[in-house]
Amino acid sequence: MYIQGILILCMINAISAVGLAVFTGFTGLMSLGHAAFMAVGAYTCAIATKTFGIPFFIALPMAALMAGLVSLVIGIPTLRAKLRSDYFTIATLGFGEAMRVLLENLPITNGARGMAGLARFSVLPTVFLIFVIVVFFTKNFIFSRYGRMAIAIREDHIAAEMAGINLFQVRLRSLFFSAACAGIGGALMAHHIRFIQPNMFTNVQSTLLTATVVAGGMGSITGPIIAAFIFVMVPEVLRVAEMWRLVAYGALLVAIMVLRPQGIMGYREFSINGIIRYFRNLGTKQDKGGTVS
Amino acid sequence: MNFSLIFQTLITGLAIGGIYSLMAVGYSLIFSILNFSNFAYGMVIMLASFMGYFAMSKLHVGMGIALFLAMVGAGTLSFFNERVAYSSLRKRHAPPLYFMISAMGTSIFLENMVYATIGSQYNAYPQIFAVPTIKIFGASLGKMDLFAIIFSIIAIYILNYFIQHTRTGISIRAASYDSTVAEINGVNLGAVIGLVFILAGLFAGISGVFLGIKYMAYPNMGWITNKAYVAAVIGGLGSLPGAVVGGIILGVLESFVSVYVSSTLRDVFSFGTLIIFLVFMPSGLFGKYLEEKV
Repeated sequence: MYIQGILILCMINAISAVGLAVFTGFTGLMSLGHAAFMAVGAYTCAIATKTFGIPFFIALPMAALMAGLVSLVIGIPTLRAKLRSDYFTIATLGFGEAMRVLLENLPITNGARGMAGLARFSVLPTVFLIFVIVVFFTKNFIFSRYGRMAIAIREDHIAAEMAGINLFQVRLRSLFFSAACAGIGGALMAHHIRFIQPNMFTNVQSTLLTATVVAGGMGSITGPIIAAFIFVMVPEVLRVAEMWRLVAYGALLVAIMVLRPQGIMGYREFSINGIIRYFRNLGTKQDKGGTVS
Repeated sequence: MNFSLIFQTLITGLAIGGIYSLMAVGYSLIFSILNFSNFAYGMVIMLASFMGYFAMSKLHVGMGIALFLAMVGAGTLSFFNERVAYSSLRKRHAPPLYFMISAMGTSIFLENMVYATIGSQYNAYPQIFAVPTIKIFGASLGKMDLFAIIFSIIAIYILNYFIQHTRTGISIRAASYDSTVAEINGVNLGAVIGLVFILAGLFAGISGVFLGIKYMAYPNMGWITNKAYVAAVIGGLGSLPGAVVGGIILGVLESFVSVYVSSTLRDVFSFGTLIIFLVFMPSGLFGKYLEEKV
């Protein structure tokens, strides 16, 4: 049961991280407001199932859609203005905080006290199924025309624009996609912990998501998934306090930027074939070494 | 509308605006030379505030010495922040996103280090003036606030003189205009950047102590320092007069919003202002808008 809980948490974080990877890793903009989209998803799903009695499998897409729509509120003005990436980041930071204040003051969200007694829908098979679906969609998104355009923008947005790519549209689309993923993550989180309050979705949560993507490798999908699993599991196993975890994440971010900016995976993807090739190459290198000596 | 309330609100706004200006100057200095927003700066201010607090409450020194110690400490911290987190990125011409992630990392690291070692409680500075307020035309103004405003004006003036009229100041300006060309012309870029971070650190020291006296020292102060960033954007990042004007505008605006609209919505309002400025006037009031280089 305990291990199940950790696995569920790993996959929930991986879902949100994959979403953010599509945005940060593939368009080169950093968001510090993705906790807000998780919050929107969590609240949408919780209100839909608890207050209106809508079935979970209808409420979940609603949560994704709602988070996506909310992302347009911040995305359309800031992305249309083509802000510098640090300006965009601070705008999302402000947006995330504004969203939390809003949730604390709306009557339907029950304010700062939060919503308790949510049904447990996020059981392991359900979460696993949704995880697989999200990863499948992400993979298809990245290998579609839009994914290619996003990569072009990340590499050189001026050249991409000159090649006829609509910067605003591609960025907005990946923001929408990533917000929808964060919304799903938030909704699953709400029905896993079975209690939500605005305090759960602070900028610390946003930063952790960003850290996951950066550590996993900007430009990879499997990298952030691996990082999400590591980031949940290692502190669980070591049983360290929350604060020291954050201290370590902070140091890790700096270390990654200074020493290995491409993260765990870089632009590459994790695959069985890749591992086999890696070990085969390892073998050939050693053989060569043997013949020389 | 009663006049004395408006006047009181204005005075309160100016008092906080002065500290915003002081912090915004630090953000602007670093932005002008490295062309990225150093989010770790807020945490340097927070730590400076703690240094001032420990100097005054544990070492029982006067405010002047505490201010000096905090400035030295914050300057050192800021310098090492650059050397550890940014200098190797700068040398391999990493994109601004990497700088920002590194700055975020430093900021998370420092903030949670304080949570983990010192704790999350609020630490009040000892009382400095026996009669803390004076009356100006019926509005009350803290003596400390008045001192902070005067001290800030002097500090910013000295900084401005240094940058405009000394040889080192000219090399800072040259480096902020075009770092490559400055380096070709014999400016020691590494030293200049180190100096800029130290200067920003000195300002962090001053503003940290003043903030601590006004609002106490606690690890979550980043929220106030983020608003100094908002002030720097309003004034135009990279511009010193802009930072000062932006800080005062934001302080006065916030004070009016919290009195006449709602104090819970004050922060939403500040960030709303930020987003409006970023979208419609990204160069702020005095700044130059720099496109990111690829």
